Amino acid sequence: MSERRDLELIAELVPPGSRVLDLGCGDGELLAHLGARRGCTGYGVEIADANIPRCVQRGVQVIQLNLEEGLALFGDHSFDVVLQLDTLQHLRNTERMLRETARVGRIGIVSFPNFAHWPNRLSVARGRMPVTKTLPYQWYDTPNIRVGTFADFEVLARRNGLRILDAFGLHDGRAVRRWPNLRASVAVFKFERGQQPG
Amino acid sequence: MHSIGVVHPQSLRFELSLPLRSGASIGGYTLVYETYGTLNAEASNAVLVCHALNASHHVAGVHDNPQRSEGWWDNLVGPGKPLDTDRFFVIGVNNLGSCFGSTGPMHTNPATGRAYGADFPVVTVEDWVDAQARLIDALGIRQLAAVIGGSLGGMQALAWTLRHSQRVRHCIAVASAPNLSAQNIAFNEVARRAITTDPDFHGGHFYDHGAVPARGLRVARMIGHITYLSDDAMETKFGRELRNGGIGYTTQDIEFQIESYLRHQGDKFSEYFDANTYLLITRALDYFDPASEHGGDLSAAFARARDNRFLIVSFTTDWRFAPARSREIVKALVDNRAAVSYAEIDAPHGHDAFLLDDPRYHAVLRAYFERVALDVGGVQR
Repeated sequence: MSERRDLELIAELVPPGSRVLDLGCGDGELLAHLGARRGCTGYGVEIADANIPRCVQRGVQVIQLNLEEGLALFGDHSFDVVLQLDTLQHLRNTERMLRETARVGRIGIVSFPNFAHWPNRLSVARGRMPVTKTLPYQWYDTPNIRVGTFADFEVLARRNGLRILDAFGLHDGRAVRRWPNLRASVAVFKFERGQQPG
Repeated sequence: MHSIGVVHPQSLRFELSLPLRSGASIGGYTLVYETYGTLNAEASNAVLVCHALNASHHVAGVHDNPQRSEGWWDNLVGPGKPLDTDRFFVIGVNNLGSCFGSTGPMHTNPATGRAYGADFPVVTVEDWVDAQARLIDALGIRQLAAVIGGSLGGMQALAWTLRHSQRVRHCIAVASAPNLSAQNIAFNEVARRAITTDPDFHGGHFYDHGAVPARGLRVARMIGHITYLSDDAMETKFGRELRNGGIGYTTQDIEFQIESYLRHQGDKFSEYFDANTYLLITRALDYFDPASEHGGDLSAAFARARDNRFLIVSFTTDWRFAPARSREIVKALVDNRAAVSYAEIDAPHGHDAFLLDDPRYHAVLRAYFERVALDVGGVQR
């Protein structure tokens, strides 16, 4: 299953033993995996009611919170790694969230659907918004209120003084390192705060 | 899922005097309690349930009386219920100063030979927890699997981790707060003034006069009850509905259904609750403030509880102990890197939601107690 492979590929970016904050942790699968396989500890943040007992059942520490309200609960540099997987595109205040991520964690890891993936480009060229496995919604009912590309994120990261440590695409459970902006349905970035504030 | 059935309260006498936070002490006291389920051989599956303002040791099951009175948290505690008595040994205890059997202001003061009344020592959340710890000792339990409570009960659960952190593994605090706000204290004060200004109060020694300050108790309960419900819940239940279908142009008779409801609640309460107990318990609420010993730094207060594991739950429409108050607790625990999960339940009922069986709320508690069962081991199913 490619989702499971994606999860493992992202987990490999997290240094063993890290203190992790997973923003939008869903049912806690990744945190449970990081705890069991890589000896990581930390918390998940999740908004959906149904996911809270699932996390608890797994033994994942979960805090129910709306990310739009910011991360005031968490102190500066209190985590080694802050994960934001498939979450950024649902947030109104994307840029503030990115800055908060950099404030709270030493390393940030984000993933989001890459709108510049070639089938999406083709669809738009034909005059229609894409509906794909990664972007399965119609334009009028999508929870993805932010639509960005692999290349766009590089610009946003630079603008906010973030130093990109690694960047690649994901597609069908494989890492895409050549032309990810064209060839990958999902963009993945690992970054840290730059020397000077952004 | 069914009720645990008929349960019988037990009582235990403690001769060794208990030092209180005020500097006073209480010697020779009785605690009334109930237990459900079976303590395992390792004594590792005990869960203590702490009660709030007007509840008691009668947490679950029914009493063998004509009313078949049901425990106040029967929807949570029982065979197959989220706090499963097939797995856990559950203890409910009536706190000191209460009016349901444990030593309280209506009992005889050995020093004077008459009822304590106003002379009953002021007890705090911490004092209750210390008394509970002695009961746990007597039951042969070294460490509780968990302590759980809602509202004031949640404060006791938190205080367990601050005072006896090695003697409890998990803490579940529902609809609670790290201290009372000025507004919370203000509501308590109105209730207390209603009682103490009732001519039947006699400075707290009304037992000697064969009197009951029922008027004060009624008003105290009415004001309390308003704070337990959300604006929406009250609007949905009563709105502006009139009792007699039309306006009667009267200033003193009941016009609106909400008035009738509050008066009914007040009347009922004044028949069974003790006025001095009401004063004592609201004061215990006012005084609870674990951060105060640490210059107001709640994170510093919880440093000693960093090895405990927590579940904090709040309800979106609770304006008495709003979610923001629970988040303060969560933040203090996160600052200490303690194991904590937090659920903010979107329930319409206000503070009272902690007593109800909202499915999202109970799903979280059920999942948490399953983890507790795994954690403490030795639990057969």
